[in-house]
Amino acid sequence: MSITGPGTKLSGREFDVATVRADFPILSRKINDHPLVYLDNAATTQKPRQVIDAISNYYEQTNSNVHRGVHTLSIEATDAYEVARAKVAKFINAPRPETVIWTRNTSESLNLVAATWADKNVGEGDNIVITAMEHHSNIVPWQQLAARKHAELRYLAAGKDGLLDMANIESTIDSRTKIVSATHISNVLGTVNPVAELANRAHEVGAVILIDAAQSVPHMAVDVQAIDADFLCFSAHKMLGPTGIGVLYGKYDLLDEMPPFMFGGDMILEVTYEDAKWNELPYKFEAGTPNIADAIATGVAVDYLTDLEMDNVWEHEQQLTAYALDRLTALNGITIFGPEDPALRGGVISFVHDKIHPHDLGTALDQQGIAIRTGHHCAMPLIRSYDVVAAARASFYVYNTKTEIDALVSGINDTERYFVR
Amino acid sequence: MMGNTSGSGSLGELDDLYEAIILDHYRNPRNTDPVDSPDIDLEVNNPFCGDEFQIQMKVENDAVTAVGITGRGCAISQASASLLAELVEGKKSGEVRASVSSFRRLLQGEELSEEERDVLGDIEALGGVRKFPIRIKCALLSWVGLDDALKEHLAK
Ligand SMILES: Cc1ncc(COP(=O)(O)O)c(C=O)c1O
Repeated sequence: MSITGPGTKLSGREFDVATVRADFPILSRKINDHPLVYLDNAATTQKPRQVIDAISNYYEQTNSNVHRGVHTLSIEATDAYEVARAKVAKFINAPRPETVIWTRNTSESLNLVAATWADKNVGEGDNIVITAMEHHSNIVPWQQLAARKHAELRYLAAGKDGLLDMANIESTIDSRTKIVSATHISNVLGTVNPVAELANRAHEVGAVILIDAAQSVPHMAVDVQAIDADFLCFSAHKMLGPTGIGVLYGKYDLLDEMPPFMFGGDMILEVTYEDAKWNELPYKFEAGTPNIADAIATGVAVDYLTDLEMDNVWEHEQQLTAYALDRLTALNGITIFGPEDPALRGGVISFVHDKIHPHDLGTALDQQGIAIRTGHHCAMPLIRSYDVVAAARASFYVYNTKTEIDALVSGINDTERYFVR
Repeated sequence: MMGNTSGSGSLGELDDLYEAIILDHYRNPRNTDPVDSPDIDLEVNNPFCGDEFQIQMKVENDAVTAVGITGRGCAISQASASLLAELVEGKKSGEVRASVSSFRRLLQGEELSEEERDVLGDIEALGGVRKFPIRIKCALLSWVGLDDALKEHLAK
């Protein structure tokens, strides 16, 4: 098979898919005797050699605990850990590195805000606004908080076109709204939401805005200051980095006033037998020995993406998405969810086939080496609102090619012949 | 081009999972008519994949005299539900429960006796699911639901 895309010339420089692919060892694996076609990037992405090496190098050369030792290894580990934080800060244009908190993943970041800022600031009769297209991770913490505080959980509706119903934004986000928490890009519909507009409305009523950027930061240039995000979170594993590490960005003053999330070592300044004083940012939120190796490797993933240039990454995925939408729309029996216009969406395409259950499709495609996601995509209420119980989803990243989309389409055709005959 | 050879029956080991009898039951499920005033009426579902079935049975003199299973799901869960419906019709409750136990053992990869295999008949085709462990739940969905409901009914 040919692995190069059609030599796409992108904004600044040449974005060469073949060169990118060569960095990903797993892409040379065969699955069921076929070359792996990995189209499950919204779930997690593959890792380039550079990131994999960063992890083993750390354990081979630098391993030590951070912020505690005066010996060389501890100083080097601390340094690398903080350099990685600074890289992430720069990547999202955070004003200062201390506003970047390491967590385990997006889910933990969301829970952190719900358990600290929101726990302190949301009271009886207040409301929390989320959208109808959230991941369970951005629904359940708010359901729990609303129940605990006797607050109201409101949903900004989404239309059948996959777009948020912005006409209702003023009545939904009102003077009793304390926090708006919205996904930047839907992991089901691919919709790119107008988060700056949401932020603007939230600020108008004195609320804060939290942006679930799990599906945006990996794929597009995100500038937390341009959006005026109060909080923003994402997971390294969805952006070429390792599992087990994620980020919470927050405005300095907000973070500074928030109570800690977990208690223990590293997050304190001074402990007496009676009491403790919290450490400064970001350490107040990083209790215990952190995930040092994976933080450092996340810095390397950020380097990798920075080197590709995020505008190129976005453009590459836009081209793949437009091509995939074209080819999938041409098939019989396929219904695609989300915006029809590729310019309004990221590289995530969920669809159903009228005669093949997503799980049968997923199993059949897997026999051809093609990995897609099937099921409810951790967005049960949204999936149900489309009158289906499960969907298939193909999602793209830097190493995917049009040839792979052709493989998906021919795989669907073969599966249809097999089941429908 | 990447990908596979064309035509059905060429998708790797897919035939091990979807034997002809399974595809047949998937396309033409048996016993889908609702049962009048059923003694057992339950819904089973698997939220992971959204499969859901309604199982209705009439149990008279310790025998299943009518059964209806409707719902939606993947080919495996639908075929399995259809084969189950066909199996239990007219059986004594003890026989049904024994068959469910044989079926579970089949999916766990255990050796079945000649007698058990005779009782299951076509259903043995579902044994291919063993190669696709993630799909075992699909095959068991209606069976487990029916067995639990029957057990509860008998205890009344
Ligand atoms: C939009 C969105 N939010 C949150 C999450 C949760 O991310 P994680 O599982 O890394 O916590 C995901 C990933 O599945 C996602 O796509």
